[in-house]
Amino acid sequence: MNYLIQQASILGGEPQDVLIADGRIAQLGSIAPADGVQVVDGCGLVLLPGMVDPHTHLREPGREDAETVETGTRAAAKGGYTAVHAMANSTPVADTAGVVEQVYELGRKAGWVDVRPVGAVTVGLEGKQLSEIGAMADSRAQVKMFSDDGICVSDPLLMRRALEYVKAFDGVIAQHAQEPRLTDGAQMNEGEVSSVLGLPGWPAVAEESIIARDVLLAEHVGARLHVCHVSTAGSVEIIRWAKARGIQVTAEVTPHHLLLTDEKVRTFDPVFKVNPPLRREEDVMALRAAVADGTIDVIGTDHAPHPAESKECEWAAAAMGMTGLETALSIVQHALVDTGLLSWADVARITSTTPAQIGRVADQGRPIAVGEPANLVLVDPAARWIVDPYAMATKGRNSPFAGMELPGSVRATFFHGHPTVLDGQLATPRPADA
Amino acid sequence: MKHLLSTADLSREEAVKILDIAGEMREAGTRVVKKLPALRGRTVVNLFFEDSTRTRISFEAAAKRLSADVINFSAKGSSVSKGESLKDTAQTLLAIGADAVVIRHPDSGAPARLAATDWIDLPIINAGDGTHEHPTQALLDAFTLRRQLALRDGVSATGLGLDGLKVAIVGDILHSRVARSNLWLLNTLGASVTMVAPPTLLPVGAESWPCTISYDLDQVIAEGVDALMMLRVQGERMRAAYFPNPREYSRYWGLDDARLGTLDAAGAETLIMHPGPMNRGLEISSAAADSPRSTVLDQVTNGVAVRMASLYMLLSGDLI
Repeated sequence: MNYLIQQASILGGEPQDVLIADGRIAQLGSIAPADGVQVVDGCGLVLLPGMVDPHTHLREPGREDAETVETGTRAAAKGGYTAVHAMANSTPVADTAGVVEQVYELGRKAGWVDVRPVGAVTVGLEGKQLSEIGAMADSRAQVKMFSDDGICVSDPLLMRRALEYVKAFDGVIAQHAQEPRLTDGAQMNEGEVSSVLGLPGWPAVAEESIIARDVLLAEHVGARLHVCHVSTAGSVEIIRWAKARGIQVTAEVTPHHLLLTDEKVRTFDPVFKVNPPLRREEDVMALRAAVADGTIDVIGTDHAPHPAESKECEWAAAAMGMTGLETALSIVQHALVDTGLLSWADVARITSTTPAQIGRVADQGRPIAVGEPANLVLVDPAARWIVDPYAMATKGRNSPFAGMELPGSVRATFFHGHPTVLDGQLATPRPADA
Repeated sequence: MKHLLSTADLSREEAVKILDIAGEMREAGTRVVKKLPALRGRTVVNLFFEDSTRTRISFEAAAKRLSADVINFSAKGSSVSKGESLKDTAQTLLAIGADAVVIRHPDSGAPARLAATDWIDLPIINAGDGTHEHPTQALLDAFTLRRQLALRDGVSATGLGLDGLKVAIVGDILHSRVARSNLWLLNTLGASVTMVAPPTLLPVGAESWPCTISYDLDQVIAEGVDALMMLRVQGERMRAAYFPNPREYSRYWGLDDARLGTLDAAGAETLIMHPGPMNRGLEISSAAADSPRSTVLDQVTNGVAVRMASLYMLLSGDLI
């Protein structure tokens, strides 16, 4: 099937028609509808390249009670994504070619988005021995991003070796920056609120000291470093310094760190428990400014679904993590576009172009131009909706935005020319042999 | 007042009312027949996820003196270690027919969580949660201070706050729910608070608290203080290197014989308080603990009265 999107504003520009044929953008401009072409009304809507998440937890294999590749990628499509990077902390850990190929195959068969598995840096995420990085890179899963996310590669020598080694495969180490000794038993951001609540603190310095060390290591060995979920104003300053120095570092921020603060923890509701923790208002503002000035390169959801019982308990017993795939674009619009910090072209850069480049994902994050793959998302920036976790495609009900009214809704998502979302509803997956 | 979770939730009016009712309860406790019929037929559950014989028997005595039935439920450890969730435990209590839940829990916020969720709809009394709050301890401390001062001045304590009083809280502030609950309540009642501790045992963020912070106990004593609240120092803090060793801790932050002598020499009327159990020779010397200034046993007696007042207010409807 071919599709004609009528009068959509490409990256927020003048309305144009877009013809999608055989999985690619066939024509742009003023196009007359033809027989056999399904028309999609794009009037008042913004057309962006399909979003690419550098940081998703799909939980399969091992925790299919929390999420599966099928449900997680449905959620991704519904949120406007056409590719996700599936983090390695599954059970078994994605530290061999066998596991990453399994996840890749599950994603291909599901047909909602491109699933790019992330390989573990160390065997079993244990921080002791490098995993088979070469084998994963050369597998059908074509792994380019390696991360022990959830756990920091805290041994400085091991981190140095990892950064050096991935250069042979054009890879990147995505670091979860958390000094383990400084965060032993940590439950929330350390500061005024933790002092009142009596919850053990997760100090900003535990993130910043690792980032400082890692950018210097990346400089020393001439390697690529990606910093996951940057959460503090101090981290932003270090990354800004590193970039000015020419160090090959990219940085990611989550939607929740762009909006929520540790004041939410006063409720003791574990839906607000996440790692790194929600920080102060000053940090939120510094992170927004860092996205605006390019210090932070990309939005990563850190989508982390959990079953109900992992959150229906006291704070300390609860799992860390929040869902994010189906709210990310709305939060970005709310925190960055509606505040005047970013244009829609900037949104395309931080949600699609740059994450695809960091992960070396072919056919994603491409310009909206004739001949390019039709990975696209059509957004209604004027829409407003109330977040209902029970209406989501993810299995996880742990959305910290539940009950909030947010702007912007995904009207359609095209994945290699196939509509996975139409009229704001999940449509059909793209057939695996297409 | 639906629950008693944090002293920060109490208005001055509510706090004074609880103390006034506790005063009446304390008087009743001096009679030959100590029992009151106020909560006959009601069931109070003491839900203790952490060992605390002192607090549990104090609540038990309080409930029984009000003629309530008491069920003691001990479940050591958090929901994870014991295999049943807090939600299931709470709903079991509801099904048993409890009318109020007194909860002690090792995790900060567990009582607040019980109160905020729809798991159960019962009055919750926080009997100490993690390093967060211990509101009835703060109420009994305030009650003790108020009563002692009224006795000294020969006036009735009823209706009074603690205006102008200077209180120093000394020791492991970082891990102390007693310190936090006292801070909010003492401020609400008009007292001024100084926290005295080694810097390692003060939380980052405490600089935002409505109190003065000092590392120097001698200076605080020299400047004059109406009460010294000494906090228990736990052995595990030493292993985690919060201070070099117990001797050094005592030398700088313990209420030892020399500091007791300083108070006596100055003719100060400073009261010495301790929530118990005491580490004699560490944060407080035996001479200090047993001196006429010490209110330690009075605090225990008053604890029953304050807990009677709390149960009474939560279970007999809105008196405020």
